[in-house]
Amino acid sequence: MLRIYCPYCESVRDEDEFHCVGEAHIKRPERPDELSDQAWGEYLHFRTNPRGEHREIWQHAVGCRQHFNVLRDTESYEIKSVYRINEEPPNVTDPDT
Amino acid sequence: MSQVRRLDQGGRIDRATPLEFTFNGTSYVGFKGDTLASALLANGVTEVGRSFKYYRPRGIVGAGVEEPNAIVQLELGETTTPIQRATEIELVDGLVAKSATTKDRLGLRRLGRLASSLMPVGFYYKTLIRPKALWEFGEKLLREAAGLGTLPVARDPAIYDKYHHHCEVLVVGAGAAGLSAALAAARHGSRVIVADEQAEFGGWLLSSSTLIDGGSSDVWIEEAVTSLQSHPNVVLLPRTTVFGLYDHMLVMACERLVGQHSSIHGLPRERLHQIRAKHVVLATGALERPLTFANNDLPGVMLPSALLTYLNRYAVAPGNDLVLATTNDQAYDAAFAWHDCGKKVAAICDSRSELQPTLMMRCEERSIKVLQEHTVTEARGRKRLDGVFVARLSSDKSSLIGKSHAIGCDLLATSSGWNPVIHLNAQTRAMARWDEDEVSFLLDSTSPNVVTAGAINGSRTLAACLREGVTAVRQLRSLSEHELDSPVPQVEETNPACADKIFKAPHRRSDSRAPKQFVDFQLDVTAADIQLAACEGYRTIEHVKRYTALGFGNDQGKLSNVNGIAVLADSLGKSMGEVGTTVFRPPYTPVTFGAMAGRSVGALFDAERHTPMHKWHVEHGAEWENVGQWKRPWYYPYGDESMHDAVNREVLAARSRVGVLDASTLGKIDVQGKDAAVFVDRVYSNMFANLRVGRCRYGLMLRDTGMIFDDGVTARIAEDHFLIHTTTGNAEVVLSWLELWHQTEWPDLDVRLTSVTDHWATAAVVGPKSRSVLRVLFPALELKEECFPFMSVQSAEIEGIEARIFRISFSGELSYEINVPAQYGLSLWEKIFEIGEPYGITPYGTETMHVLRAEKGFIIAGQDTDGSMTPADMDLAWCVRRNNDVDFVGRRSLALSDYQRSNRLQFVGLETRDPLTVLPEGAQLLNERSKTVPAPMQGYVTSSYFSATLGRSIALAMVSGGHRRLGESLQCALHNGRFIEVKIVSSTFYDADTAAQKVDESSDTNDVLPQVTSRVLSRTSYHETVEEANRDHESISCELWEDSRVVTLLGPSDSREQTSRSLDAVGTLPSEPCTWSSIDGVKVCWLGPNRWLTLERFGDDGTIDFDFGLSLPPDITFVDTTGNYTVFSLTGSSAKRLLQKSCSYDFHESVFSTNTCVLTTFARIQALVVSGENDGVELLVRRSYSDYAYRWIVDASREFGFAV
Ligand SMILES: [Zn+2]
Repeated sequence: MLRIYCPYCESVRDEDEFHCVGEAHIKRPERPDELSDQAWGEYLHFRTNPRGEHREIWQHAVGCRQHFNVLRDTESYEIKSVYRINEEPPNVTDPDT
Repeated sequence: MSQVRRLDQGGRIDRATPLEFTFNGTSYVGFKGDTLASALLANGVTEVGRSFKYYRPRGIVGAGVEEPNAIVQLELGETTTPIQRATEIELVDGLVAKSATTKDRLGLRRLGRLASSLMPVGFYYKTLIRPKALWEFGEKLLREAAGLGTLPVARDPAIYDKYHHHCEVLVVGAGAAGLSAALAAARHGSRVIVADEQAEFGGWLLSSSTLIDGGSSDVWIEEAVTSLQSHPNVVLLPRTTVFGLYDHMLVMACERLVGQHSSIHGLPRERLHQIRAKHVVLATGALERPLTFANNDLPGVMLPSALLTYLNRYAVAPGNDLVLATTNDQAYDAAFAWHDCGKKVAAICDSRSELQPTLMMRCEERSIKVLQEHTVTEARGRKRLDGVFVARLSSDKSSLIGKSHAIGCDLLATSSGWNPVIHLNAQTRAMARWDEDEVSFLLDSTSPNVVTAGAINGSRTLAACLREGVTAVRQLRSLSEHELDSPVPQVEETNPACADKIFKAPHRRSDSRAPKQFVDFQLDVTAADIQLAACEGYRTIEHVKRYTALGFGNDQGKLSNVNGIAVLADSLGKSMGEVGTTVFRPPYTPVTFGAMAGRSVGALFDAERHTPMHKWHVEHGAEWENVGQWKRPWYYPYGDESMHDAVNREVLAARSRVGVLDASTLGKIDVQGKDAAVFVDRVYSNMFANLRVGRCRYGLMLRDTGMIFDDGVTARIAEDHFLIHTTTGNAEVVLSWLELWHQTEWPDLDVRLTSVTDHWATAAVVGPKSRSVLRVLFPALELKEECFPFMSVQSAEIEGIEARIFRISFSGELSYEINVPAQYGLSLWEKIFEIGEPYGITPYGTETMHVLRAEKGFIIAGQDTDGSMTPADMDLAWCVRRNNDVDFVGRRSLALSDYQRSNRLQFVGLETRDPLTVLPEGAQLLNERSKTVPAPMQGYVTSSYFSATLGRSIALAMVSGGHRRLGESLQCALHNGRFIEVKIVSSTFYDADTAAQKVDESSDTNDVLPQVTSRVLSRTSYHETVEEANRDHESISCELWEDSRVVTLLGPSDSREQTSRSLDAVGTLPSEPCTWSSIDGVKVCWLGPNRWLTLERFGDDGTIDFDFGLSLPPDITFVDTTGNYTVFSLTGSSAKRLLQKSCSYDFHESVFSTNTCVLTTFARIQALVVSGENDGVELLVRRSYSDYAYRWIVDASREFGFAV
């Protein structure tokens, strides 16, 4: 089980208070009509699914209902960073930061 | 004569308290403080079971968790429990146990030596495989023989509990190192938990007699425990096995309660502790490793450490003449203790060539004969040991020199060293490495927040263990900044000599010819088996483990693994380190399913939601349908009426007179804010911006893939205020979906979303006479078509209570859905029935609702759709706006080329030729009666019913290109190979021109309305046993606040800025997360950014005034959510313990202070916990969960004296 810091409630809670939405930073295209079916399909369905650092959107569903970003290592499950939706993804490579 | 092996004095047993117990049908007496194993040994019982494969007699080898043989079935009170270790069972009066392996399941005793040739290593893979028919028989035989003990058949009456913990330092193991670490951590005020699997703290100190700080070790333990108990932040957990160290420092431990568990006192049999630790100190010690030699499984062979434990702790001497065979110094203590209690030590065989003079001196003092460079090669005896063969070892210790000779003895203790208990750490992927000096696997690395102390590090002296306990705590990062001046307890320093690296004694014959040399006792794996596996090509320990079953037993090879690795390393010519260990996985010891389930069984198995009218449905005999967690009335049978008859009756009542459906479960989302209309427009495929205030519209919610996700009616309450209805099952998902779009894609929109599902009780009054009921219920309400048209909403008052009435229809009939705040729901419902009685008003359930909507061809999202249907597929293209000015969710996808395919599955109706034949839902549709596999599929049935209205069966289906195939025939394939011919028809079976839902005003004058009743709407709590709730109990009381008001305050939704808002000088809305402040006597709780909840109680006058008391700034809006919640006030000294059982949140005073309020899970449902007076809390749960939550509170509080 993961323990996740909610940046709005400012406390660490059990995983079952949260809901994982999926990969973060997938910007919805501004002008969908100008995209080919294939390009629109890429946006809809294709995800990176990396081994290692993965940026995800989580919602504190049981708590404040806010969505936020989590940088999680899919191999070690270590959560390296938590940041708000409107914030830039940090460049995390050093596990101590 | 009883207790023949009990010594006259000594031990930690209570001789004044004899306890009777039964083992394998014979009665014995032991003492309080005994384990079942020590009591059996005291009574001279040597054979405790038979071996699994060869049916050989087996005795007790160990004294604790490592025991492989003494596995028993335990009958205690009302429960039977398989696979319990006798060495860990505390003796209680009346205990009944039997060997798990007394049955000769394969008849192997009769087969004798033949058995072993029938079952070579890997026999599962080799035997009974060919011909195939033989395996059919063989598998049955093996299944019968497999496993130990028997599972309980009856329901387990015991209670199992769960606790959540949070601490800075968790110390695992309360031996010398653990206690020393705990004292150091506690001394500087940390929150410390100390867990130990034994009933008493002290670990190995309980088995040895040593001086610490100049006094006896017993005194030191007692002082340590007293000191720890005096710290308020220290929790001591004896009888608690830490079995798993999981990600993010979640540590799982299981506590066994002895003798007192019974449902009467509400005390559990086991408690599962879920510990979230910042740091873990592993002081788990080490387990002794036996030597492998021929016939080493005879009863009478045990570990020296176990022997010492039985002597010193239990005052049991399990024999007369002892031979000790060892490779190290530590084992000598057992021989010395044996001699010192007046028993004979026949000989000590030490494999080493050089021995320490001090050790030799101690042997000489006792006239004990020491055979240097000797080992035991074979044990002798039939049912138990009567002697051993010993021989001299060659200088490289790999073969024997000279003659072996026999020594008579009835007890043999053998040691080849110690295995540090590195399991917990190794579970977290820390690597183990072989240490040549310590002759054991040690941890190579540990995770940053885990430190180790004592024998787990390979430390072999008490002085080192005590020292490492203190230094381990100093290593902890967050603690190191504090001054740590914990003194290290002083003991005499000893310096044990190097141990030999011998795991298996050589034998004169080859290992395959010598008598069996057992490596794994529990699964009867011998050294020859492992050698054979290596011969057959198995090279890695993981493969050898699976092929031979080495370490596969419920002891997980605690004694056998390292010896097995040694045999394999020898066979392969590799070093121990090269072979390595198998992967360590949790749990360390078996955990009962009961402990894992906790109290989530029976009525608490899953959270259950009830509507406000639940009690009425129960009283009127409703059958139930589970919809998500909701209990919904399915149908209401009269007497012994069948479901078919009941549903037909209900359908006809709704079509011809008036029926009532409890529709409270429908999801309801309140949408406010100046951009509410823009928002609703974007999340539905329909146009909503042009919806007039007071009007409703059916809408389709799509995923961005263009597929239908949810549907429902949305009403515009005001210019900037909408109410969205969702399907019952999707309410939570839709809210999260809307929040996701709002927070990530459109954060600039001012939209405020609140779930009000639980707030409103909804009664759908359906049928031609529904209007008459409304006329009586709301005399002031204008019901004329032009005043209250179809698809509109009206607010009305009923006895001062705000009601919302929607004229919408899911049945095709004239229908009014009346909503009142949930606390008035039952009262409204009863009033409707009272008024409707002259019209033959009939309650109907979900089945009738389904039939009514299917007759009209209305879809149910999730039943007729599965996430792969577009609006056009469902013949709902009219719900998609044509202009492109709003880029609603899913719009671009609708233009995808695949969505234009003419052979897509499309929504149609089906009719069978025989009107009485009802098709099975899910049945496949084919063009012809084809039995080829795979048959070309044309579609499938999504819904199917008997329609009483039409007097025939009807079905809805998805059919390839169905919209253009009306009139065609298809074949519906049944599971039994038969076919039913069906005709494709329109999905609207009934009232295609929608005449039924129109108002018929012509009959108004003839309608003699019933007298207005005097019954007044009253607030009801639909608590199952509310009287009990408001009673004081010993240490906990639970009060239900029926007279409370709960309002949700909403600020501008831009979540980037959290603003602090002052309220007309009366106070400030709290901006600090998870806090509440009191404003004008109202508790205002922070729920999230710019979202608050107010909680207040009324006096006894009972009147509720819906004008909100606080005057709010203009950009703050509010929603009355009184009906959304049930408020429990929990007080008393045990209230926090109840929360600890129910919530993963940390309620320690350092975290949960006097003004904390926290949204978290309680009993696996969402709850708001608000700190209250006198250490109590207010607990707010969704109203629909209140019966479930109350059941939970009662169940979890029983041990605090809370009785019903
Ligand atoms: Zn939160």
